[in-house]
Amino acid sequence: MIQHATEKDGVQTPKKRIFVTVGTDLPFDRLAKAIDDWARENKLGGIFAQIGETNWKPSYISYQNFLEPPVFKNEFLNADIIVSHAGMGTILSSLQYQKPLIVMPRKASLGEHRNEHQLATAKHLQKLNKINVASDENELLEMLSNLDSFETREPIGPYAHPNLTDTLRQFIAQ
Amino acid sequence: MTKPPSSSTLEEATAQQKQSSATSRKKVLAIASGGGHWVQLLRLRPAFSECDVIFATTRESYRGDVSPHRFVRVPDCNRWEKIKLLRSALMITALILRERPDTIVTTGAAPGYFAIRIGKLLNKRTIWVDSIANAEELSMSGTKAGKHADLWLTQWAHLEKPAGPKFAGNVLG
Repeated sequence: MIQHATEKDGVQTPKKRIFVTVGTDLPFDRLAKAIDDWARENKLGGIFAQIGETNWKPSYISYQNFLEPPVFKNEFLNADIIVSHAGMGTILSSLQYQKPLIVMPRKASLGEHRNEHQLATAKHLQKLNKINVASDENELLEMLSNLDSFETREPIGPYAHPNLTDTLRQFIAQ
Repeated sequence: MTKPPSSSTLEEATAQQKQSSATSRKKVLAIASGGGHWVQLLRLRPAFSECDVIFATTRESYRGDVSPHRFVRVPDCNRWEKIKLLRSALMITALILRERPDTIVTTGAAPGYFAIRIGKLLNKRTIWVDSIANAEELSMSGTKAGKHADLWLTQWAHLEKPAGPKFAGNVLG
């Protein structure tokens, strides 16, 4: 069971439940810290983060290092807003379940990934109007202060484009 | 105790087996590492609806995603951990030898790379679907594996090239 933050002194009842996830591969303390600091300064409850394998611990928000898939899905579906790294698992789930998503890409230049593909993914998916991208912590805080403005994107179905699956099906049948 | 089958039922069974492999449901090995690669592989499932498919990935906790299909865990690895790479390659070789798939499909990363290279050596048909996360250039494993795959796809039209990869749509739907 996940322990969500209990009512601390002066904690505001959240208008929006926020689920933060850094994915299963690598930690992303820069993202989780920014959210933890923001929540503390604004005395916000209702925030839960999956932070990966890291020595750093949030001091204010609720967190777990990893979540089993069913627990992850439950947290995901219960949230009003998702904040994450630019991982395709989270991006695809947000589109499928119509959750507003703020993505902050990892930077290899800061040792957060092995190459800069998250910057590229974020840029191209933003061009397709699929995600909201915060390029750094400042942009993230700006977006977080303006959560009511977020709209959900056109939902996607559970499967890839029919052209892609048909191409594969035909190839396999040969 | 069940009765041992008589030789005539055995012959019948063998005949049936021969017939069914003649009309043949294709056998597919669908393999990917965890996280986004796995989520993308799951989105390709309609392509396997007429096949016997066995899913392989790096995390046991994904088993429920593909139930009741067969599911095998393979060791996690990346190209920075040589011992794990070797172990993964051996396990994938054993998996392909044991399961004898007609076709191997992968969305990456390292386990998919091995599956393509080893599958090719074992005369299997191979498909590399490069991750949609490679939006500006193909991944290193994608570039290396794709050249060996019988079907090599990118999910971004602007990355299509005459010598491959081809673009045929993406997992966004």
